[in-house]
Amino acid sequence: MKLTLKIWKQKNNSTAGKFETYSVEADEHMSFLEMLDVLNESLLEQKKEPVVFEHDCREGICGSCSMVINGQPHGPNKGTTACQLHMRYFKDGQTITIEPWRAKAFPIVKDLVVDRSAFDRIIQAGGYISVNTGQAQDGNAIPIEKGLASEAMDAATCIGCGACVAACPNASAMLFTSAKVSHLGLMPQGEVEHTKRVQSMVTQMDTEGFGNCSNVGVCEAECPKGISIENIARMNRQYIGSVFGSQTKVEKA
Amino acid sequence: MPLKANSPEGTLDDKWTKYRSTMNLVAPNNKRRIDIIVVGTGLAGAAAAATLGELGYNVKAFTFHDSPRRAHSIAAQGGINAAKNYQNDGDSVFRLFYDTIKGGDYRSRESNVHRLAEVSRNIIDQCVAQGVPFAREYGGLLANRSFGGVQVSRTFYAKGQTGQQLLLGAYQALSRQISLGNVEMYNRHEMLDLVIEDGKARGIIARNLLTGKLERFGAHCVVLGTGGYGNVFYLSTNAMGSNVSAAWRATKRGALMANPCYTQIHPTCIPVSGEYQSKLTLMSESLRNDGRVWVPAHKEDVMAIREKRMSAKDIPEDRRDYYLERRYPAFGNLVPRDVASRAAKVACDEGFGVNKTGLAVFLDFASAIQRYGKTEAHSNGIHNPDPKKIEELGKKVIEAKYGNLFEMYEKITGENPYDVPMKIFPAVHYTMGGLWVDYNLETNIPGLFALGECNFSDHGANRLGASALMQGLADGYFVIPYTIGQFLSKEIRTPKINSDAPAFMEAEKDVDGRLKKLLSINGSQSVESFHRRLGLIMWEYCGMSRNAEGLQKGRKLIQELRAEFWKDVFVPGSDDEFNPELEKATRVADFLELGELMMVDALDRNESCGGHFREEYQSEEGEALRRDDEYAYVAAWEWVDGGDPVLHREDLEFENVELKTRSYK
Ligand SMILES: Cc1cc2nc3c(=O)[nH]c(=O)nc-3n(C[C@H](O)[C@H](O)[C@H](O)COP(=O)(O)OP(=O)(O)OC[C@H]3O[C@@H](n4cnc5c(N)ncnc54)[C@H](O)[C@@H]3O)c2cc1C
Ligand code: SF4
Ligand code: FES
Repeated sequence: MKLTLKIWKQKNNSTAGKFETYSVEADEHMSFLEMLDVLNESLLEQKKEPVVFEHDCREGICGSCSMVINGQPHGPNKGTTACQLHMRYFKDGQTITIEPWRAKAFPIVKDLVVDRSAFDRIIQAGGYISVNTGQAQDGNAIPIEKGLASEAMDAATCIGCGACVAACPNASAMLFTSAKVSHLGLMPQGEVEHTKRVQSMVTQMDTEGFGNCSNVGVCEAECPKGISIENIARMNRQYIGSVFGSQTKVEKA
Repeated sequence: MPLKANSPEGTLDDKWTKYRSTMNLVAPNNKRRIDIIVVGTGLAGAAAAATLGELGYNVKAFTFHDSPRRAHSIAAQGGINAAKNYQNDGDSVFRLFYDTIKGGDYRSRESNVHRLAEVSRNIIDQCVAQGVPFAREYGGLLANRSFGGVQVSRTFYAKGQTGQQLLLGAYQALSRQISLGNVEMYNRHEMLDLVIEDGKARGIIARNLLTGKLERFGAHCVVLGTGGYGNVFYLSTNAMGSNVSAAWRATKRGALMANPCYTQIHPTCIPVSGEYQSKLTLMSESLRNDGRVWVPAHKEDVMAIREKRMSAKDIPEDRRDYYLERRYPAFGNLVPRDVASRAAKVACDEGFGVNKTGLAVFLDFASAIQRYGKTEAHSNGIHNPDPKKIEELGKKVIEAKYGNLFEMYEKITGENPYDVPMKIFPAVHYTMGGLWVDYNLETNIPGLFALGECNFSDHGANRLGASALMQGLADGYFVIPYTIGQFLSKEIRTPKINSDAPAFMEAEKDVDGRLKKLLSINGSQSVESFHRRLGLIMWEYCGMSRNAEGLQKGRKLIQELRAEFWKDVFVPGSDDEFNPELEKATRVADFLELGELMMVDALDRNESCGGHFREEYQSEEGEALRRDDEYAYVAAWEWVDGGDPVLHREDLEFENVELKTRSYK
């Protein structure tokens, strides 16, 4: 299949970027990223700079790949990361537009690569349980109801890709943040410092420059791991509860 | 150089306990003055960095990834072993120890493996306390499954994403230490050299991948947790960025590389679909609990399938060869990984492969669907169910067990494995070899430690399923935090390491020269194309089966390819910017040396054991022939630029297990 690609090229964060047009010969069995590999291989043959994009596991779990394909983060298939997308979902002769995540809190590094360290800082603000190595009691000391553990697991499957931010018209990080808050808060081990955690993480999220949530819901639709928007509702309830009902208050940084 | 394992005195089961309580300690006020560099923040590195931070050391942690959460550990699917015996099925520390030694084909060190089995129990406790959402039973207790053909259920799991959940647990513990200021985190920093001063590891040279700038970092010691080197084969189940460079740079500075030829080839991966293929995807081993492996028994059926004139379903039972069940009636489809992989290779070598390249076999769930369907019908009180109903119920059971894997398979291949059998083929998956370490996880360079997949220590010639996650976390959480004190307790008077000292400046100059050289060649072939060719040589001559002639040829081919690389590679861009092609070039340059050492090691080992199968050493039935009298040693290699690598042996002593031939017949 022959394809026309319009890809965002940008040298670094301090220079302006623009779309470049390429054509590439692909095979329907290729993954989307393998199609880009083929493009890059041909650019290198002509001694041109390849298109830079982030990727590592290529099986939908590391959260590295991050590109908006024809207007949709990770492309057209539901529940699928860009690296798991295959070319058989595209048509011969099609034009495909590829852009980076666009959000103030995710500055562009080069071409399709953005800096997502804001997510790390949200986790550092409180996305953990304060237990040192060696302090744990026996793993079976606290039984956890199967359904609850599985609900926590569903929230914990977030891969930190940032598609939710890229999809959101406000570039809000609520889905990402609430997924971690839910995962830890649902487990009895994480309940203890829950109040402080919610406040610190929400405060950090605001500090990083992510937008507010206005319940648009596209984050859930575009999330490759099916993280439920119910997590946001749960966090909102808890956040409000924590600000008005608790002794623990975290100052805004 | 005599290799001393430094295993402590005492009986097998109290060595570690006694050692731990008599080990040298570093007092809290001194810990604050001691700097530790941890390179790599996968399971092993993140667990180590977090724990050392908690203990009060000043830790600097490095990863080439944009975040510690992206390390390759994230991709592990199946689970993690621990000798908890929660199922009351007779598991124990000794049994896990024994299974690991036997599974490794008696090529690992008893004392290390026993310690691993002991601390496996603490890992589960720790992870639960961190909030890792392990699978649970209805009573709320932790669930287990069996894995890798052992006879007990000791594998803990979190759906098909165990590695992800364990890594996130370690990442969160690390994040907490970062927020407390105990760990300074350097993302997108790649270690390109090790710095040695007065014979001790004292720092690293790292490249800031965003700016391209080289930076010097000094510390009282250096800990590597930089993962495995399966990508020397180009195609593997490893993430694209996994590489050997940190360990290899240490080797070039005098560290010994042990058993590099021990490679694990996993039997159930999705086959190669074309030349553009960039990586291979694992289908979890657990599928072999229900899937039956077969190829057609007749060549004409094979051809008909390849030419799409027939499908698997058209082949009647009596024209199929369920070759694992035929060759290994006792274990059948559940033989260990190395055995299953080799059997698939034999079937394909004989011309029975079932896809257009001839490199695939079937993994068929039809019998399991029938079996489960009938049981379900029975337990739902449906008498005389029609075949459609049985199939429907059976598929439901399969979906509940393997749904996410079947979905992944379909995404990649476009075929529905509920209706047609999967096609699978072995792929490079894990490297048992790695930096040689003693009982303290210290390499032969004082002050240089290696953890997780990048050391050689625990899996011998073959690793059991669900044991890599266990080893990474054991090393990081429960071993290094203690054993590092043996070295550091002698360093409390050492002042801060000056990273402007000559050794640092020289190492930086070396790295700079190497990068400039790569950019200046301006040849005509891409880094990727060299990597792909290296992979083909490795797979052909140092893959699932090896022989002396092939290994000699392979070594020569690699030397030639390396020379060509340094004459004709093309690396675009410059060294003062974000330049992934340059990163790839430094990694492939190192693979081009490691590959040669793997050939040398495989050639030295005149026996077949675990993942290393030498065609000259097999029984009449084609089974591996181990030679304990001559080869019960660890081969630790000293690299010599431009010369022959030098072998240092650590003889393995077995005091607690009897060496037996593994038989799965
Ligand atoms: C698909 C797949 C499934 C698996 N499933 C299982 C399973 O079910 N159970 C099991 O027990 N094992 C499994 N394994 C094996 C297991 O996942 C790995 O062996 C283990 O996770 C390795 O952990 P690690 O910490 O040693 O290394 P890694 O997780 O690979 O981490 C390496 C770290 O080092 C960093 N790094 C490397 N080089 C440098 C450098 N030069 N400079 C700076 N940083 C560097 C990387 O950025 C990364 O942070 C699986 C492996 C694969 C491929
Ligand atoms: S919530 Fe979904 S889209 Fe957002 S970071 Fe997590 S996995 Fe990605
Ligand atoms: S490359 Fe890992 S999720 Fe896409």
